[in-house]
This record gives sequence, C-alpha cells and structure tokens, in this order.
Amino acid sequence: MVKLVAALYAALMNLPERPMKWAQSQLSGGRLGWVFVGPNLAIFAIFTFLPIAFDLHYALTGGTQLLPGDRPYVGAENFASLLDCTDHFDPNSCRRDLFWHGIWNTLAFVGLQVGLMLFFSLLTAIVLNGRIIGRSFFRAAFFYPVLLSPVVVALIWKWILQREGLLNAAMEGVGATPVNWLLDGNWAFFWSVFVSIWAHMGFYTLILLAGLQSIPAEINEASQMDATRPFRHFTRITLPLLMPNVLVVLVLGLIRAVQIFDEVYVLTGGGPGSATTFVVQYIYKTGFADQVRQYGLAAAASLLLASVLLVLTLIQMKGQGGGKQRG
Amino acid sequence: MSRKILIAAMAGVLAAGAAQAGDVRIACYSDGNECEATEVLAARFMAQNSDIKIIIDKQPFKSIQENLPVQLAAGQGPDIARTTDFGPVAKYMLDLTPYLKDPKYWEASFGPVLNWMRKDSSDHGIYGLMTQLTISAPLVNKTLFDQAGVPVPKAGATWDDWAAAVKKVSVATKLNAGMAWDRSGARFAGPSISMGAKYFAADGSPAVVDDGFKTAASKYVAWSQDGTVDRDVWVAAGGGYRDAFAEFANGKIAMYLSGSWQLTRLEKQIGDGFEWVVASAPCGVGGCTGMPGGAGFVAFKNTKNPKDVAKFLDFLADEKVYAEWMVMTNNVPAHTALQKQSLPYKLSPAGNAAITAFGANAALLTPLAYKLQGDPMSRPIFGAVADRISAVMAGQMTLDQAYARITADVADAVAATKK
Repeated sequence: MVKLVAALYAALMNLPERPMKWAQSQLSGGRLGWVFVGPNLAIFAIFTFLPIAFDLHYALTGGTQLLPGDRPYVGAENFASLLDCTDHFDPNSCRRDLFWHGIWNTLAFVGLQVGLMLFFSLLTAIVLNGRIIGRSFFRAAFFYPVLLSPVVVALIWKWILQREGLLNAAMEGVGATPVNWLLDGNWAFFWSVFVSIWAHMGFYTLILLAGLQSIPAEINEASQMDATRPFRHFTRITLPLLMPNVLVVLVLGLIRAVQIFDEVYVLTGGGPGSATTFVVQYIYKTGFADQVRQYGLAAAASLLLASVLLVLTLIQMKGQGGGKQRG
Repeated sequence: MSRKILIAAMAGVLAAGAAQAGDVRIACYSDGNECEATEVLAARFMAQNSDIKIIIDKQPFKSIQENLPVQLAAGQGPDIARTTDFGPVAKYMLDLTPYLKDPKYWEASFGPVLNWMRKDSSDHGIYGLMTQLTISAPLVNKTLFDQAGVPVPKAGATWDDWAAAVKKVSVATKLNAGMAWDRSGARFAGPSISMGAKYFAADGSPAVVDDGFKTAASKYVAWSQDGTVDRDVWVAAGGGYRDAFAEFANGKIAMYLSGSWQLTRLEKQIGDGFEWVVASAPCGVGGCTGMPGGAGFVAFKNTKNPKDVAKFLDFLADEKVYAEWMVMTNNVPAHTALQKQSLPYKLSPAGNAAITAFGANAALLTPLAYKLQGDPMSRPIFGAVADRISAVMAGQMTLDQAYARITADVADAVAATKK
C-alpha cells in the first residue's frame, strides 16, 4: 500500500517534467521565467492593477452611477474640485472643506502619532531589552493590544471615555470634575492619537527589540570597557546600529497613520464636527455613506492619498537599499 | 460511469435552479420587531403557498442603507428590501402594478405614501408596501416634569415654551440637558417647518435656507450652548444618524424628539421605570408639525420571481393581515382605512395612549412635511443639515458659513444626480 502511494506520488511529481522540457526547448533564455511568474502576475493584475485602473476611470468620470460604462467623462473635474481653495490652510475656504479638514487632520495625526509612537516604542524596547523583573510578562503585555481588532480597541476606549464612562466615573470618585473627552475637538484628537499609539505600539516595539538584540554583544562590551557614558553609548552606538529598524518602523508607522480610519471612526465617528475626520473617512463617506454617492470624487481623493503612500513606500525602498549597500 | 455522474450532476443543478424559482429573498432591518413579525406572517403565507419560499435576511439598518444600492447596481440585490431611503434605489425598483391582484385597492389604501416611492409626479407605479407610517413627536419624561413641578406644555405650545419648560426641569432635577433631538436632518425638519422654513423654491427646486430655517437653526444652536438641548447627541457623533433613545430611557433628558417607531423600545426598555407620554408637536408660524416617514418593503427589477414577490406583498397588504402586522409591531398603519380604526394593540396603558397621541400628531402634519419627506433630494438635504449644524455646535463654523455650506452641499448633490 505504502509502495503504491509512493509510486503514485512519484508519478504525480513527474507529471510536469515532459511539458517543462518541451517549454524549455521552445522558450529560450529568460523567457521561461515568465511562465513561472505568469500566474502570480495574473493574480496581481486582477486584484491590484485592475482596481487601480478602475479607480482612475472613476476619478475621471462623474455622476452617481456605479457601473463604469454608465459614467460620463469629466476629465480632471474631480481633482480640480478637491483642490479648489482660496487658502489651502483654511479648510472653510475650500470647495470641499471636509476633504481639507481630513488632509490637515491627517497630517497633524501623522506627525504626532508617528513621532510619539516611535519615541515610546524605542523607550519600551530599550527597557524590555534590559534585565528587568518580569521581562517576558511585560513583552507579552505590550504586544497584547496588537492582537485586538481595531473595532474592539475603539469600543473599549469609547466605554472608558464617554460622558458616563469609566474615566469620568473614576474622576468623580476622587472628587474631580468629569470632562466630555469626546465632545471637545482637542481632547477627541488627543485620544485618537493616544488610542492609536496604545493599539499599535507593541508591534513596533517588537521590531525595535529585535534590532536591539541583533547588536553584537562585543560592541556593547567594548563600549563599557571604554567607560562610555550611557547617553553617548545610545547616540553613538545603539541608535546608528538600530537605524535600519527605526526606518522600517518609521515608514510602516507613517503608512499606517496616513491610512487611519477604523479605530477613530468607531471611537469618535470623525467628530466632534470634523475634528477627527481623516482623509480615508472622507473617501468612505463620499463614496459609500453619503445619500448621493460621488464615486468619482472619492476615487480622486483616494488617488491623491495613494500618491502620498507611493512616495512613502519609495522612501522606504530607498532606505532599505541604502542599508543593504552599507551592510 | 462518468456519464452517469455527469447526468446526476446536471440533475442536481436543475433541481437547485427549480428550488430557487419560487424563492423570495428579503433584506430586512428592524426598528423593533418588524422582521420577526414578518417571519410569522411569511410562515403563514408559505403554508398557503407551498411553491413559494420566503427567506428573510436580517441586517442592520446601516448595512441596508449603505450596501443595497451597490448590490443592486451589481445585479446582486435581494428581491425585496426594507428601507427608508427610496431615492438611491429608485431606478432599480420594480413596478408591481401588473402583478398585483387589485392595484386600485393599493391606491385607495396606501395612496398618500405610494408617492414617496415614485420618481416624480408623472410616475404612477406601485413599487412597494410601507411597513409603517412613522410620525415624529416629542416623547416626555413626565416623572421628571412632576419632580420639577413644571407642567408639561399643552397642545398649541410653541417651541420657545417647550425650551423654557425643559430648561426649568433640567435645572430643578440637575440634568445635563433638558431635551435631545435625534441627530437627523429629518428630525430637525419638523421644528424648522413649524418655525416657518419652506425648504423649496416656488419652482419646486430645493431652497433649504430661508428665514424660517435660520430661525430654527439659530435657536437650536443657542439651546445647545445653554444646556437646553443635549449637544452630545449631535456633536459627538461626527457624522450620520444617531438617536438619543439611551439618554431618554436612562432619564437623562426631560423631552426627546423622536417618533412612533420607538414605541416597542419604549415599552420594553422603560416599562414602569418612569411615566412617559407622547406630547403634541410644538408650534410656530408654520404650524405644529412633526415629520411623516417610515420604512417600506420595496421590490426590485432583478427579481426572477416578480409574481411571487407581488403575491407576498399582496398578502401583507390585505387589510386584515396588515392590521395584524401593525398590532404585532406596534406601528401606526400607513393604510388609510386602518388609520381611522382603533387597532387592538397589546400595549401598556402608556403605550396605548402613545399610539393615540401619535395618531393625533399625524393629523397635524403639514403638506410641506409630506412633500419634503417624499422629495428625491430629501436625504441629501437632511444629511447636509445635520452635518453642518453639528459643525456649528462643535464651534467649527459660524451659522452663516453653515447656511452657505448647506446650500452648496445640496446644489452639489443635485448636480451630481443630473450628470
């Protein structure tokens, strides 16, 4: 029985031999490679390039019709409409004020969230890399929020922060005046940044921790023998050697921050007013939630967002390439 | 052997197709227990019509609102859906007239609300069955009024009278706010029409911002700033619909502007927690109106079984069945003959009084309220009003900026639909 199975398996494995030999004889040079990457490329084309082409088509057409063939061509009208402002720094002067509120909120969010997250992730990684009591427990504890769904994260924090939530109850318990955390624009924005850092910091801490652990021990020992001060050791040895990991964290964090939607949408709904409305929420609202669905406008906004992400990805690729050359 | 397998497989496919021939799939959401009540009636219908299978897919309101137009555009929608938003799905709706047993009965029984599903005044099709007639009206926590020693304003009282009364109650009983309105442009429309808003120009095109609208908007914003109105409901939501039922049910507000669709929740969740009553719609220069509305079962052209779809809706529209349905769901009937009857609702004394009060409010609805509800642009108008007034309440723009934005948003929506 075993022999039969083995024979069948061998026959099965040998099946491609003849067609492959034939293909090798027919396709010279590197052309055979296309046969192997062809299926993958086809999947990539269907699920990546085709949607991009559709997105471009929608961005260049108008109306509320969903089917591509039914949509009238409007050229760059959607892009012009999105970029039409008297003063780009004042969203209220823009024709699409919500889009510009989204742009400026996203930029502020990216700057704050990525900067603070990098700082706290690095700090946490350094602490967790040291010899502290319960190191394994703390490593797991910091990583745990990463395992939670963004919706769960947002709901947990909503229960904590709402008017009659846990935080206000605790504050009342110690005699403090409750605060409407999600009713004030500045507080809502602060908590959006805080919750996002809380939810994702563990992942980036892990990347930085891996980087710290890959620094050769002898370098640290040599530094200690030279009696290098801790701050100097950090700035002159640890940080330069950790830079490839920092770059990965920075670029991944930037991309994730630019795409922010799910957590904040559940936590604040984009409010109060538009204080926590980000670009992706604008795209979702315009294309799928508004009563009159302007798919073209949403597609144009998504292409503008994609161009920003493309730049960030190119920076990452360039950074990684540079790292390899140095290595 | 292989031929036998092939034949068996083909038979299976044909059998599956035959089974689907009589399927009627309904996308349903519930305000209270509408889907469950429909299931009970559907079971009876299927017992009488063994060749038809009714499948009810229960979905959240938002899911139907957001996904249904996309599903229908892709040719993948259900045969029937329960929705409040007829505009975005209008072009996919099936005119049931040729399939109905007696279209004249439908016209006579549901005439005023059939217009809400029609594209324009030249359209005489019958596209669906309203599953309720909703009427927005103030729900009052009478216990809080009694505790504060403030009388509940009587029929004919103005919005200013109500604002003053609920403010007194909130101060006396230490509430955060006196009243709350659902975050909805439709809810705002009732008070604004009462205060003189016209919503349409003489040629019938949308003209939302006028003196009456400005009066309502400025009062509402001022009330949100002095604690008369709970601004949390409108401001914290960011966008979209948000009701204030939890605030009312938890005794956090003295008056709640919502509507008849809340009756089942009021019965179940408040019970005898406090005494609640439905008041008469507050008045202004434009009348004492709330807004009519409601959800309907609408049929779609993509159905493979239009006769079965019409047969089921005919069954539900039957006066006796419809009356039973309304009693089961505690809804006000959209059926004109049933509106004049006293239906045997199985409600508490408060619930029965509420149904009567909602009926009395229905008589106060102005023609403009009906016109606005049925207009194809009503949803973009409601959305723009809620979003922009919320932004004013959040301190992100002035009222004048909001007026300009509402006008621009509605014009933009009109232009987009004309492309």
